[in-house]
Amino acid sequence: MTKKEWPLWEIFIRGQHGLNHRHVGSLHAPDAEMAIRNARDVYTRRKEGVSIWVVPSSEITASTPSEKGPLFDPAESKVYRHPTFFDIPDEVGHM
Amino acid sequence: MPSLPDAATPDVVALAERAAAEHHHDPHVADVALKPAFFDWLCRMGDNSLILGHRISEWCGHGPVLEEDIALANTALDLIGQTQMWLGLAAEVEADGRDADDLAFLRDAMKFRNLKLVELPNGDMAVTLMREFLFDAFHYELLTALTISSSPRVAEIAAKALKEVSYHLERSSDLVVRLGDGTEESHTRMQAALNKLWPYTGEMFAADAVDEAVAEAGIAPALADLLPLWQRTVADVLEEATLVQPEQRFDAQTGGKQGRHTEHLGYILAQMQFLQRAYPGASW
Repeated sequence: MTKKEWPLWEIFIRGQHGLNHRHVGSLHAPDAEMAIRNARDVYTRRKEGVSIWVVPSSEITASTPSEKGPLFDPAESKVYRHPTFFDIPDEVGHM
Repeated sequence: MPSLPDAATPDVVALAERAAAEHHHDPHVADVALKPAFFDWLCRMGDNSLILGHRISEWCGHGPVLEEDIALANTALDLIGQTQMWLGLAAEVEADGRDADDLAFLRDAMKFRNLKLVELPNGDMAVTLMREFLFDAFHYELLTALTISSSPRVAEIAAKALKEVSYHLERSSDLVVRLGDGTEESHTRMQAALNKLWPYTGEMFAADAVDEAVAEAGIAPALADLLPLWQRTVADVLEEATLVQPEQRFDAQTGGKQGRHTEHLGYILAQMQFLQRAYPGASW
């Protein structure tokens, strides 16, 4: 019997209602239904989640590490893009 | 492995204290006439989950894939957790100074009240999963009926265990279907597992004086009432799994509930009880 590896899935868990799903890791499963079951057992054992998303890893398109320079460096010298130049009135309190 | 913050679980100690304070008065716990049967029945509940939990835990670190390994370990932990509740209540009913640990670690094989089905060796994944499915389908119906037990303490434990066992049944029936209706190899192995385990399943429904006494008291359902429910689940899942229900008798192997076990239980207890026997009172 040839050993066939199950496809890889990326797992996203929403910790609480109102929060975003967050990437927590990846696992192997033969299909989406079992990926959700496996994610339940691997990543929500300590009651971490209220919702699970699974996405085939092969469906994720990632940026290329070698393009890091052109992609991200231009933002480096543009501190004015951070909204830190406003004076917040004391009455507003913590934002 | 990344893990999200444990924000949803409040302080477990506070939870346990609150649960203890909320315990309803349960007249059955102090019923002297009922005590021997009630104690024995509680040991049956606790020993089934203890021995099956121990068996499943044997896969820990040996599972075919990491995901299945963790899923099996979770199931084992659920069952051991249920054991603490059942044997804890058994010790309370017995009121003889023993606690759940004493019952688990210091009783001999003949005092164990689990079904023979749950003590059978794991074999391959087919035997492990088929055994779990056949038991889960029974466990689910039993716990469902126990949530309306005349004993509030029993009903509370059943309600908590039922949530876990509902998932066990969902998982094991899904895997029985996938493997039964899978490759030629997996189908053959699942059919062989079913044929091997089938004669042990009837014991789940074979009522004796203990079962009748607790049923009479309204604590537990009549086991015969659970049989058609179990048969329906099993027939549905096996059909979807393209597996054939054996024609042989399903109750050829009984006696575990009365303490007459297969040779396998002795080996389980030797491993499970060694530490407490060799170093009495050891804790960590």
